[in-house]
Amino acid sequence: MTQAGEVRRNLALDCFLLAGKIMMESGAETYRIEDTMIRMAVSQKMMDSHCFVTPSGIMFSPSNEMTTRFVRIKSRGTDLERVALVNAVSRRLVSGELTLQQAYDEMQIIDQTDYRFSIQIQVLAAAVTSACFLILMGGGWEDLPFAFVIGGTGFYIVETILVQTRVKFFAEFTGALAIGSLASLVIYAGLGQDLDTIIIGSVMPLVPGLLITNAVRDLMAGHFVPGLSKGAEAFLTAFAIGAGIALVLSF
Amino acid sequence: MNWPLEAFLSFLAAGAFGVIFNTPRRTLVSCGLVGMSGWLIYRLFFEVFGDSVQATFAGAFAVALVAHILAKKFKMPMIVFSIAGIIPLVPGSRAYNSMRSIVENNYFEAISFAADALMISGAIAMGLVFAEVLMQMVFKQQAKKMQKKIGMTRN
Repeated sequence: MTQAGEVRRNLALDCFLLAGKIMMESGAETYRIEDTMIRMAVSQKMMDSHCFVTPSGIMFSPSNEMTTRFVRIKSRGTDLERVALVNAVSRRLVSGELTLQQAYDEMQIIDQTDYRFSIQIQVLAAAVTSACFLILMGGGWEDLPFAFVIGGTGFYIVETILVQTRVKFFAEFTGALAIGSLASLVIYAGLGQDLDTIIIGSVMPLVPGLLITNAVRDLMAGHFVPGLSKGAEAFLTAFAIGAGIALVLSF
Repeated sequence: MNWPLEAFLSFLAAGAFGVIFNTPRRTLVSCGLVGMSGWLIYRLFFEVFGDSVQATFAGAFAVALVAHILAKKFKMPMIVFSIAGIIPLVPGSRAYNSMRSIVENNYFEAISFAADALMISGAIAMGLVFAEVLMQMVFKQQAKKMQKKIGMTRN
């Protein structure tokens, strides 16, 4: 094994692990991450590599002679654009369009850029979804402005507390509590008509749809550890929202 | 019910969810279309057969099917398209009703709502998985045909 080969192999490992890390941090499915990493490894002539992906860490073992590498995943969010970008880079690496160094550089750019929409646009989107779901769930048009405002406020509260405290459960609980109280206030003041549909519509942006989908697909693909832990995360989120609303309703 | 209005609202809702999940900009409209097709098929099935579990299965199946086709077209992971489409099918109102019944000490009603919500979640999962298996079979067939066409006689 020459020196150049050694350096190249280390670069390859860095590249695979970075790809896996970005994908897991952005909310990709586990089996998709493993598939991407193995494909990249095969394209770099590492035929019998193995990887094990969990929501909190990724292990990658290139072959019997080389050491296994591990990377820890600290935070997970949802940013599907990064998933798509990493996927595109890995496709180009596999097809031979990019060299390993170019692919690694692109991954690092993706890792350091924040692709998310600004918080104002996200809050606006949350408000729009709340209003749409109010009507879709059978609410009246006169409740539309309340669902719009309350849904946006709830989402803003969750995002702000998440940035401040990094405790997801607490953020979602507080957001649901705020949604419940505001909706009750609107009804109490005689402005809104139907408490139930306002709350259901406003809570919709907080629903853990990504986690549920990912958990199911991982479980079906045979990745039980990540599937169960993502399912637990989804259940915890749903429980936080439920508890926040229930607290308001019990008064 | 008002079909054009529901179509527009579900399109808008799914597109806005695309913004929250930050799907790539050029796929936002497609995300909206996925959500719309899922919701419309769910509603259509519900109107005809009146069973929300089966209707949810059909909706989730449609979402996964459309998402798969779009994923092939855009060469992006399927998850980019499927998530925004799944959200409208999530049994939010049943989960809410179940919780409200618990708060009101009305446990029998709570259990029936919760069971309903659980069944619907299961239907979403089944719809996703079935569509995925179907698409895999279709793509395998296509790949075999292609191999025969270009003269590869393996398999």
